[in-house]
Amino acid sequence: MKVLVAIKRVIDPYVKIRVKSDGSGVETNNVKMAMNPFCEIAVEEAVRLKEAGIADEVTVVSIGDSSCQEQLRAALALGADRALHIDVAQAPQPLTVAKLLQAVMSQESHGLVLLGKQSIDTDNNQVAQMLSALTGLALGTFASQVKVEGDTALVTREVDGGLETVKLSLPAIISTDLRLNEPRYASLPNIMKAKRKPLEVMTADDLGITVSSSQQVLEVMTPPARQAGIMVDSVAELVDKLKNEAKVL
Amino acid sequence: MDVNQVSVLVVAEHDNSSVSVDTLRALKAALDLKATDGISVLVAGHQCHSVVEQIQRLEGIKQVLVADDELYQHPLAESLSLLIAREGKAFTHLIAAATTFGKNVMPRVAALLDVGQLSDIVAIESPDVVVRPVYAGNALARVRSDDSVKVMTVRSSAFDALQVASGELAEEHTITIEPDPGLAEFVNVQKTESARPELPAARVVVSGGRGLGSKESFALVEQLADKLGGAIGASRAAVDAGFVSNDLQVGQTGKIVAPELYIAVGISGAIQHLAGMKDSKVIVAINSDPDAPIFQVADYGLVGDLFEIMPALIESV
Repeated sequence: MKVLVAIKRVIDPYVKIRVKSDGSGVETNNVKMAMNPFCEIAVEEAVRLKEAGIADEVTVVSIGDSSCQEQLRAALALGADRALHIDVAQAPQPLTVAKLLQAVMSQESHGLVLLGKQSIDTDNNQVAQMLSALTGLALGTFASQVKVEGDTALVTREVDGGLETVKLSLPAIISTDLRLNEPRYASLPNIMKAKRKPLEVMTADDLGITVSSSQQVLEVMTPPARQAGIMVDSVAELVDKLKNEAKVL
Repeated sequence: MDVNQVSVLVVAEHDNSSVSVDTLRALKAALDLKATDGISVLVAGHQCHSVVEQIQRLEGIKQVLVADDELYQHPLAESLSLLIAREGKAFTHLIAAATTFGKNVMPRVAALLDVGQLSDIVAIESPDVVVRPVYAGNALARVRSDDSVKVMTVRSSAFDALQVASGELAEEHTITIEPDPGLAEFVNVQKTESARPELPAARVVVSGGRGLGSKESFALVEQLADKLGGAIGASRAAVDAGFVSNDLQVGQTGKIVAPELYIAVGISGAIQHLAGMKDSKVIVAINSDPDAPIFQVADYGLVGDLFEIMPALIESV
């Protein structure tokens, strides 16, 4: 079966972000960018399905300006076969992302669509769920294990109380959680090979989708800073402070 | 519907026996919307009448819509979202706590209604404007939604719980189920059973990280938590290393907590962990590395060997 993986270019998760002083957003100029960690896990899972003989082709798709081709090439180097760049000037909102992905899906039939559960910039955690609604397909969010068995998939999900397992009819939409797998590093030969793998560019118009937004970010602010704390020298001092100063014990 | 009317439906999360603490907090948040006619609550479950009764007694609740059927014993997003979307059309605001339950089902509801969603909100400023954390809580975004139905999930650690009120009980209305679309089946759930308080409800959380070194040593965290009547939490590193189960992970993509007292033991304080606990009232950090980033958010920091510190601390609290 064909597997579709959607990936997003985000600020590197280990970078300390800076809020612009005019409140318009977060500084991204000259800031290190990366593939969203959950999307990396999705690419890795798709490549493993191919290695297991379950998937025969992995297509990776990303929505954004031309800079996201860097992450598409990285995904090709990890083992994806083809890449699709949907060229949109500004990152669309999740509902539009889901509509664009639905349009991509309508061009070919995929047995499985894998996405990261959330992107570490907007932290929305919505696209997979929305795509499942638009396509009328089964949904397995926060997956920590995926087992494809014929025309169903057993998905174990990390939920608040522990682990829940569901059985989904395929095709299905799955969003990855942290412990689904540990992504590989691309080898240099694979990075070189990736340059020759196909990367197609399309616009939202080509897919028949109008990019629209129903939400407006009015301001981006730094959260109030915590008051600086103190270092204590002993357990006795700590307990004393907690009892008598902080009054939490 | 009058263009200024605000009508609110909150989707309750429960275990068919009691309503969750996260839902009580989402309900409190919903009060900030100042609904024109009180809050409606949707309860989908199986043999869940005690949940309905608890909700009927709460402040500000107008009615409880109940779908009691085997189909909702272990509600799945595919079927539950159809029910919520059907009922949701009559409201201006659809709300759930941002738990894995709410996060799973609400965006599916939003897309069924062809609207966006506001995830994990920490403040409601008006019926159209909310504040939500982005970039692991290192920035806050003030967002306006122009959708005709506003679907929101609420970060429960940012709100208190709704209280029981004296006075009239809210009305109860039975609603029909939405037939199972047959896309998915519940197979099983492995829950961590514990007598300890759950993370979202606990006044005290003692959390352990990689510094504890082993599953056996994690007992130190448990002993301190038990002495303080608190919950236990963990960093991603501790979960990945197998010291504890995944549901104890505190962090950007795990549990977000804001207890009165958070004690971080052997946790370095990565950005992603801080996202899950930096709004705690009092933070204590115990770590052998004086440069560990956790000390930057701690109110009280103690540098030293946790294997010496912890037994002494357990003894003296």
